[in-house]
Amino acid sequence: MRPSRRHVLTGLSATLLAPRRARAATVTDAAGRAVPVPPRVTRVFPAGPPAAILLYTLAPDLLLGWPRANRAEECEFMLPDVCRRPEVGRITGRGNTANLEVVLALKPDLILDVGSTAPTFISLAARVQEQTGIPYALLDGRFDAIAPTYRKLGELIHRREAADALARYAEETVATIRKRVDAIPAERRPRVYYARGPRGLETGLGGSINVETIEFLGARNVAAERRGGLAIVSVEQALLWNPDVIVTIDRDFAANVRRDPVWSAVKAVRDGRVHLSPKLPFGWVDFPPSVNRLIGLWWLAKILYPEQFPEDLRARTRDFYRRFYHVALGDAQIDAVLAGRG
Amino acid sequence: MTRSAAPGMLIALAVLIAGLLLAFTVGRYPIGLGELFQVLAAKVTGGTAAVPAAVENVILQVRGPRVLAAVLVGAALAVAGTAFQGLFRNPLVSPDILGASSGAALGAVLGIFFSLGVFAIQAFAFVGGLIAVAAVYMIGSAVRSRDPILVLVLTGVVIGSLLGAGVGLVKYLADPYNQLPAMTFWLLGSLAATGVGDLVPLFGPVALGTLVLFALRWRMNAMSLPEEEARSLGLPTGPLRVVIVAAATLVTSASVATAGIVGWVGLVVPHIARTLVGPDFARLLPAAAILGGGFLLVIDTLSRTMAAIEIPLGILTAVVGTPFFIWLLASVSKTWS
Repeated sequence: MRPSRRHVLTGLSATLLAPRRARAATVTDAAGRAVPVPPRVTRVFPAGPPAAILLYTLAPDLLLGWPRANRAEECEFMLPDVCRRPEVGRITGRGNTANLEVVLALKPDLILDVGSTAPTFISLAARVQEQTGIPYALLDGRFDAIAPTYRKLGELIHRREAADALARYAEETVATIRKRVDAIPAERRPRVYYARGPRGLETGLGGSINVETIEFLGARNVAAERRGGLAIVSVEQALLWNPDVIVTIDRDFAANVRRDPVWSAVKAVRDGRVHLSPKLPFGWVDFPPSVNRLIGLWWLAKILYPEQFPEDLRARTRDFYRRFYHVALGDAQIDAVLAGRG
Repeated sequence: MTRSAAPGMLIALAVLIAGLLLAFTVGRYPIGLGELFQVLAAKVTGGTAAVPAAVENVILQVRGPRVLAAVLVGAALAVAGTAFQGLFRNPLVSPDILGASSGAALGAVLGIFFSLGVFAIQAFAFVGGLIAVAAVYMIGSAVRSRDPILVLVLTGVVIGSLLGAGVGLVKYLADPYNQLPAMTFWLLGSLAATGVGDLVPLFGPVALGTLVLFALRWRMNAMSLPEEEARSLGLPTGPLRVVIVAAATLVTSASVATAGIVGWVGLVVPHIARTLVGPDFARLLPAAAILGGGFLLVIDTLSRTMAAIEIPLGILTAVVGTPFFIWLLASVSKTWS
């Protein structure tokens, strides 16, 4: 059945009038949706891991739970009581594990989603908001958008000042690193292979979110000739690429590659430039794709361009964990993080 | 048997040898024919080849093991498919009919889920395949029926889908950033990571299972007859069936553990072999092994050379296998008799 003209007109006028009426109390999210700002926010449901981490850094008290329960070794690097909050599932990403009735039973004032603003997730946000009647904000999870994302979240949960402080830290980090990297001529930028999986043969193609940090730092991703997401490559191809630096998140691969006769032909292995990414409590280079990767920028920058980045990484780490994760790290803890434990 | 099998065997051998030559000479890492022969000659004579270490490395540690693994996996799946098709007297049966692949898949995704090492994941897959078929066989034999074969196949289908649900559950619970892509890649099948160390755990079970099946070749001919006829020949059909299923499962599980899920080879190749050498298992088994090895070798060579990234084996075999399967369905009455 076609909608009658009157219905269309009513709907149209509602759309036209709504922004004027609600202007004082809405925030436009990254998808361009006007999200009503709850008058008082005490409980926020994170739709996925990036949202949970972002919210934890700004307002740990509001976090209702985690998409997946954290492990004990991760809780050493967070506020213990917040870290141990229950597993509540995820709404977005690959498959829902959260039941909307459970979401409703938790009585959140706001549902927060951080990540892709593709039409899939915009429509998901609209549908969940309509079904639950709870404001659902979809914020941009890209690296460049960290500062505006913090500021929007600050408005939504009435924590503008704290959000602004974190946003400024992110802006300064990004600006400082970008300025120094821009001054490095292309031929002095190392060719990097990003290795995942126990055999190190999963890699991120050009433009994939997995290599966003590596590409942000101007390194030449050897797999970037093809654009896409994750892919498998053969050992032969890795040998042919012969990267200057290998960055990996896999501890088995990092440990075995130095003894592996096949990989010993690769320049990065010969030069001892295979680096295992720190990952406590959240990964530094790849996932979850949230603000946890900010500190990873400094780590990677020092690996790729040691001369241009003389800063003390330990001091930076301590500072970042205090500001974002609300913990004061001891020396042994910093050692554990930098060794890639977890 | 009226026609001679010799031309068929020759064709099968020619495919394998051509495949081997092609597979050794092409790859992402450029290696000249001269360098290849120097390295191989040095390996045979025990001397040292005058080529860069990296080239020798690629040939002996990377490409060589992978080529051998592709041949072994292809041969194994084709042999298992031939055995199952004969045993079940059904041309549309493939080696995963009794749940070997589904069991191996569940084992592998569990291994990935628990963040185990590479060899542990392969061991999980291997054992998973064996357990699944053992369970199917025990349930199938416990059900009394006048048609034990049908009960077995139906049990295999049902248990297979239960295991598939298990795979789905583990994927659902997995970490979406790290474990889920690894599981997806594993389920699509690949030989990208094959090294020298993978060859022994692959070769042992494949050789054992294939030898058992070949030793039973005459009995398998009789087993392809209807149940009553086979019994009237004095064959102990029950025990024989156990041995054939066990041998074919051993072979299938070992290859799936190494290469992941590679469909179609075990379904399609036995038919090609049958059209080449006829239905006698004494010829059919070797022909299927040779053809299967050659077929998967060609597929794997495409998989590693077409692009900088790997094309999953499961995708390539399906692209080649589907048109063949449709043709098979259209002409099944003519080819199977």
